[in-house]
Amino acid sequence: MLKITCPYCGPRDEIEFRCGGEAHITRPKEPGRLSDDAWADYVFMRSNPKGNHAERWLHVNGCRRWFNAIRDTVTHEFKAIYRVGDSPPADLIGPTRGTK
Amino acid sequence: MIGDQAYRLPAGGLIDRDRVLSFTFNGHGYAGFAGDTLASALLANGVHLVGRSLKYHRPRGIVAAGVEEPNALMQLGEGGRAEPNPLATMIELYDDLVARSVNVWPSVDNDLMSWLAPISRLFSAGFYYKTFMGPPPAWQSIYEPAIRKAAGFGKAPENPDADVYDHTFAHCDVLVVGAGPAGLMAALAAARTGARVILMDERDRPGGSLLASDEGIDGGPADRWIDEASAALQACAEARVVMRTTAFGYYDSNFIAALERRSDHFGGGKTVRHRLWQVRARHVVLATGAHERPLVFDGNDRPGIMLAGAVSTYVRRYAVAPGRRAVVVTNNDSAHGTALALSDAGIDVAAVVDARRNPVGTLADAVASRGIQVLAGHTVIGTSGNKRVTGVSVAELMGDGTAGKPHSLTCDFVAMSGGWSPVVHLFSQSQGRLTYDDQICAFIPGESSQAQSCVGAVVGHFSLGECLRGGAEAGARVARELGFDTSDELATPTTVPQIQGAVEPLWSAPTERGRYDRRAKQFVDFQNDTTAADISLALQEGFESIEHVKRYTLTGFGTDQGKTANINALGLVAEVLGRPIPEVGTTTFRPPYTPVTFGALAGPYVGNLLDPVRETPMHDWHAAHGALFENVGQWRRAWYYPRDGESFQAALDRECLAVRNAVGVFDASTLGKIEIGGPDSVEFLNRIYTNGWSTLKVGRARYGLMCHEDGMVFDDGTTTRIAEYRFFMTTTSGNAAVVLDWLEEWSQTEWPELQVYFTSVTEQWATVTIAGPHARDLLAVLAPDLAVDRESFPFMAMREGRVAGVEARIIRISFSGELSYEIYVPWWSGLVLWENVMEAGARFSIAPYGTEAMHVLRAEKGYAVIGHDTDGTVTPHDLGMSWAVSKKKDFIGRRSLTRSDTARADRKHLVGLVTKDPAIVVPEGAQLVSEMNLVAARRAARGSHPVPMEGYVSSSYHSAALGHSIAFALVKGGFDRIGETLYAVYDGRVVPSEIVSPVFYDAENERRDA
Repeated sequence: MLKITCPYCGPRDEIEFRCGGEAHITRPKEPGRLSDDAWADYVFMRSNPKGNHAERWLHVNGCRRWFNAIRDTVTHEFKAIYRVGDSPPADLIGPTRGTK
Repeated sequence: MIGDQAYRLPAGGLIDRDRVLSFTFNGHGYAGFAGDTLASALLANGVHLVGRSLKYHRPRGIVAAGVEEPNALMQLGEGGRAEPNPLATMIELYDDLVARSVNVWPSVDNDLMSWLAPISRLFSAGFYYKTFMGPPPAWQSIYEPAIRKAAGFGKAPENPDADVYDHTFAHCDVLVVGAGPAGLMAALAAARTGARVILMDERDRPGGSLLASDEGIDGGPADRWIDEASAALQACAEARVVMRTTAFGYYDSNFIAALERRSDHFGGGKTVRHRLWQVRARHVVLATGAHERPLVFDGNDRPGIMLAGAVSTYVRRYAVAPGRRAVVVTNNDSAHGTALALSDAGIDVAAVVDARRNPVGTLADAVASRGIQVLAGHTVIGTSGNKRVTGVSVAELMGDGTAGKPHSLTCDFVAMSGGWSPVVHLFSQSQGRLTYDDQICAFIPGESSQAQSCVGAVVGHFSLGECLRGGAEAGARVARELGFDTSDELATPTTVPQIQGAVEPLWSAPTERGRYDRRAKQFVDFQNDTTAADISLALQEGFESIEHVKRYTLTGFGTDQGKTANINALGLVAEVLGRPIPEVGTTTFRPPYTPVTFGALAGPYVGNLLDPVRETPMHDWHAAHGALFENVGQWRRAWYYPRDGESFQAALDRECLAVRNAVGVFDASTLGKIEIGGPDSVEFLNRIYTNGWSTLKVGRARYGLMCHEDGMVFDDGTTTRIAEYRFFMTTTSGNAAVVLDWLEEWSQTEWPELQVYFTSVTEQWATVTIAGPHARDLLAVLAPDLAVDRESFPFMAMREGRVAGVEARIIRISFSGELSYEIYVPWWSGLVLWENVMEAGARFSIAPYGTEAMHVLRAEKGYAVIGHDTDGTVTPHDLGMSWAVSKKKDFIGRRSLTRSDTARADRKHLVGLVTKDPAIVVPEGAQLVSEMNLVAARRAARGSHPVPMEGYVSSSYHSAALGHSIAFALVKGGFDRIGETLYAVYDGRVVPSEIVSPVFYDAENERRDA
């Protein structure tokens, strides 16, 4: 069981959290203007890297706040944890698909 | 005969000869001493034959003295304390213990299934796959029951578990697994700096390998050092020593799961039986030791053939002679120590048969100097005996892998050693990489992936000095790294240096019948009856990956998970393929290291503690009035209220008709309820719901649908504007938490700029629904101050006022299609309101109705239940609810509704369905086929041939109000197929049914809006 550091509460067991998938996927401002492909890319397509991955996590059985993390998908190591709205550490991860 | 113990040595052993314990094995009475295991007590009574092998039912004896034992599985205890498959080598003896062999019929001495052994050539690798071919039903009806009767291990207990189980959680600086010399030393070195240390060991006392050794420490016996070190450790305030506790799982972030056995050693009862430890450690020290490997010679499985280290343990720790005359066979030094132990105990050693040409070292020299015959460059190539080994065939190993001329040695037991394999299970579970060590011919821990150290035999340190030094060094280093003061160094105890000779690999011995011959019984995995020939055959057949070899031959499966077999199997694969072992690789080690009881995993969370049960404030009333309940998520909901002798259908019809003809009352308290506030709440609702909210006035309610971004409906409900910036949302009963999560997610992650907040109020409001033509009359009686006429209190309006004297919110809303009001009162007033409703409603012949009637009523009215009639692939348009989809604004999922796939004309649509025979209620889930495919469908009803499906039935009931059955179905292109006949196919029946509008009752809404 992973030990995850909630940026609001501190280190807690994994069972208190839920992973919300890839982070930094911003909802398009005007969906109506998007092609089917561009919309499908937003709704369905997610990256699946081996290595560092920006993810959303929710401290669901705790403070119920969402936050972002960089997790190594090979070792499960949390390389960075940061709040929603903050940019991911540039040295850990390449360009993301949005800023949120 | 009780009290015999003919093979008990006259002196020595860590047993209490003053405490005689009696026990029965296979119905015979025996005696042992306190401190015995069941295995040592059986051996003390001369019992080697303890079971029969899985496939061939060959006689099998005790091989090991610990968790690696492959054969001595027991059926232990009776009734509520029956346990299948514990190991005789791990069962501590207690008075009146009752054990039996597993997989024997009728008895271990006379097993009728042993006719299988002579024809065992037929049972080659992959035997099941190759033999039991045929129609799939034959597996269930013939093959599997027969195989299960012939094979298999112990019997699952039939009685409820008589014991209680517990979970505990712990945090520490250093967790040390294994209390042998290395682990004990590491724990002591760390604990004396003040670090919080937990030391765990699976046995009843610390010491590990020292308990079977005669080596001295600090010039005295090892026992004394163990006692002193344990006492010193106990004296450290922050140290904990937990014995009889097996660390079985090593997970991420140094999270270790362990099983503590608290009452098994005295037969159970009096206290918690097993305790599941969940430990989070800053650093883990693995001192897990090593397991000895058997040698793979023909007939190596006869009772009496044991691992050499186990023989030492039985002789030294338990003062048991495994027999009168031994042959020791080895390819390494350690078995020479066994020869010395036997010689010390006065047991005759016929010979030490050592595969090495020139065994040298402290132990080998000592053996030679005692005049014990050493046959260097020889090995055992065959054995004799049936239920007990009676002799071995010994031959010289020739350079070309063949054997020289054999000669016989008489013996009544054999001590064998094929080398030692470090117990890398936990290390490997922790995602550490294994490295093959040529020196010891086994895998050792390589690079760690967690904060961890390995010490002692697990890293290939087989000498006592190395173990003590390694433990002391690691304990101090870890404490220092964790910030503890290690300036006061712990002196490493002194030992007598030993010169060790190297092990020489001997993965399989030659046989008199040639290499890997099927007639030779060279067992690699005793528990699964896998032989060298099986592995060779698997490789011939192309199963070259070690993972495939494992699955095809079953090597490494079973309750022992191949603890004695895996490395030998790898060595054999490498030998046959001519590849180096590291290239062959290892199979994956997975938790648990040893079997864990289900009771321990469940812990105290059984019965009523399994999951919280949620009840409404009216629950006791429902129960007192005969309601039957159904589970909806964690909720217990009143299902229906049968009166004396009423059938399900009769009660249901009565409840439905009460609503249609008079008035019914329904407990809707389980509805999910969320209060939404903040100046941007309207904007937020506009984005979340498919329909618009800007025009909703205070005091009015609106129905809304929610979609995911893929355009699929996932919840619905009504939301009422109770003030300018306050909304009261209801969700489906099972989905309240999911919807709250959904709202919070969008608010926090996507639209943090919107000022909106959410509060779950599900259990703040009890909800009583009254529905039926007399609902208004009833409300007028209950709320005399409230204007309830049609104009003053219209459909979808909310009023606040006193109902039966309780402050309430009343929303005129209908899920039944009748004139209906939902009355919300504070949770604790729910029962009072309910009772007043029942009392005031008596004059209108009120009847309570349950969830089943609620379902029928809503179906008559054409209302879908999200999650019942939808499955996550249904859009609002598919439900025929385009009226609830705004064209003016964006909302979650809107763009998806115009994707090519969601705009397809042949999507499944929700339609009504009526059977031609009004009495038939088609089961929900029944598939529908068209006229065109009817012939195929009739055939399909008898077999399993695929037929194109037009859709399926999602809801189906008998409607008392209409006098016939009604159903909803999701049908391809259904909106354009009204009037068409489809055929429901189920249970071999074909039922013609017509597609109709899903609104069966009061399509004009005259009753609802009355």
